[in-house]
Amino acid sequence: MEYILIVISAIFVNNIVLSQFLGICPFLGVSKKISTGIGMTGAVTFVMVIATIVTFFIQKAILEPFGVQYLQTITFILVIASLVQLVEIILKKVSPPLYQALGVFLPLITTNCAILGVAILALKLEDTNIVKSVIFAISHAIGFGLALITFAGIREQLDLMDIPKGMKGTPIALIVAGLLALAFMGFAGIV
Amino acid sequence: MNQWNNFSKGFFKENAVFTLLLGMCPTLGVTSSAIDGLGMGLATTFVLVMSNLVVALIKNFIPDKVRIPSFIVVIATFVTIVEMTMQAYVPALFDSLGLFIPLIVVNCLVLGRAEAFASKNNLGSSIVDGLGMGLGFAMALTMLGSIRELLGSGKLFGTAIYPEDYGMLVFVLAPGAFIALGYLIAFINQVKKEA
Amino acid sequence: MAKTESTLKNMVLTLLVITCVAGASLGFMYELTKGPIEAAKAAKQQAAIKEVVPGFDNNPGDEMYELTSDEGFVLKLFPAKKGGELIGVAIETQTNKGFSGNIKVMVGLKPDGTIINYQVLEHKETPGLGTKMADWFKTDKGNQNILGKHPKSNNLTVSKDGGEVDAITAATISSRAFLDAIRVAYDTYSKNQGSQPVASNTSVEEGGAQ
Repeated sequence: MEYILIVISAIFVNNIVLSQFLGICPFLGVSKKISTGIGMTGAVTFVMVIATIVTFFIQKAILEPFGVQYLQTITFILVIASLVQLVEIILKKVSPPLYQALGVFLPLITTNCAILGVAILALKLEDTNIVKSVIFAISHAIGFGLALITFAGIREQLDLMDIPKGMKGTPIALIVAGLLALAFMGFAGIV
Repeated sequence: MNQWNNFSKGFFKENAVFTLLLGMCPTLGVTSSAIDGLGMGLATTFVLVMSNLVVALIKNFIPDKVRIPSFIVVIATFVTIVEMTMQAYVPALFDSLGLFIPLIVVNCLVLGRAEAFASKNNLGSSIVDGLGMGLGFAMALTMLGSIRELLGSGKLFGTAIYPEDYGMLVFVLAPGAFIALGYLIAFINQVKKEA
Repeated sequence: MAKTESTLKNMVLTLLVITCVAGASLGFMYELTKGPIEAAKAAKQQAAIKEVVPGFDNNPGDEMYELTSDEGFVLKLFPAKKGGELIGVAIETQTNKGFSGNIKVMVGLKPDGTIINYQVLEHKETPGLGTKMADWFKTDKGNQNILGKHPKSNNLTVSKDGGEVDAITAATISSRAFLDAIRVAYDTYSKNQGSQPVASNTSVEEGGAQ
């Protein structure tokens, strides 16, 4: 039951993009087409889950026993940066098709605040454990994907519309994102 | 380029938020009030100036291949310093900015300036660049924060302008952040075209 | 000055030096800010206690004790004394019935349980709606005010549930949750105090559960 709550809350109620404002850069940057949106979602899910697992163990095995939690930001960002590189290298060797699909998105992920944000948030859960953290990360990734792909779908349609000149590009995209966020607010209170 | 142009470009011509669309997460996430926007902007400015300073100093000692990781360490160090200082001396602001303080480290603006400017220019210009870019960012956040606070809750920097009951609540909430920024950028684009 | 070559030795050495300097300076800053951070936290707690049970001359933080409520929350109780006599107790209470997540409230009760004042410490309610609880239940307007009321002799539930408190406009769930947190504080406090009447709390409990 507790896990179901985490999943629903992460995907709909506290959607990472539309209500917590994490990962806005890829949300605005790679949402012009549904296909790139799907690729980005795959890459984010992959890295987010691995990063959450690794940072979880670093926090529990190194930072907390030595009482140096203040090094959290610096260690986590380094871990994530090297992890992204590592994933890129391994993927290239092990699964070229997957690398082809996700490759271009991987370097962008280092500065995707959703990854670092979820890794830190996962440690703030009540009586956190590794299973909970992984579920937390996966559901946030799904929430990210849901928002990104929906948004990409709307933007594809938007290209065909007659939009006032001054609103073209970023302004209209932001307003559409606002309307999407408004729709997601309807989920508030169900958990 | 003279130093004045170098400084002022961050406010308008190359404003991080309005033109370059960098650092969107804190821009949307912490601007439900003007004071939060200003606080976040100043914290980012500090990190930006200090990291530009250090990067400009050490750029010649850093081998090219480990450039990015080195910059990240420098930035993360200053972010943590800001985090601890704010927690100690402005705890209320620290609480309301929350997660977005450690996330300054992944603000593309900071790494972007270190990589694109400080690693190629001298110490003085790098500091001026950081200051201009940072204050431009702070200005954008304060503007957006003021608009949202005024429309949403009838206040400006916490002072009541008109009764809260007439406010449009949506502007304080998440959707209002997107919508307000959308219109603000459209407006700035228009002004720029005419200028 | 020539740029350092990207040899393995140079790279490892550079990263090592940078991380060492970074770690050392952070450790130094940590030591420097550790005191002020703790002082800031203590000051915040002290200020909250002072607001909800004014006029004490002891240090309630030193005499803090914990009680577990029926719901399993650990509540912190700060006895406020003047001249050695108990004038009230500040209780850090919480509820999980909020619109989104838990709500933490510091409430001050007189020894007999009458509400002196309260302060909302932590919540995730909707800004502009649920957040109004910070002042709503202190304002003398209609039946909003709960200060000076007694959780047992007054039916402190929202009027929609048959109680005597006006809920915040458009935020009934947050209002219910807030009143529930007050109830948790009173129940736990009175149950663990031999000299005080044990709370029957039936009416209040029903209100919170609906």
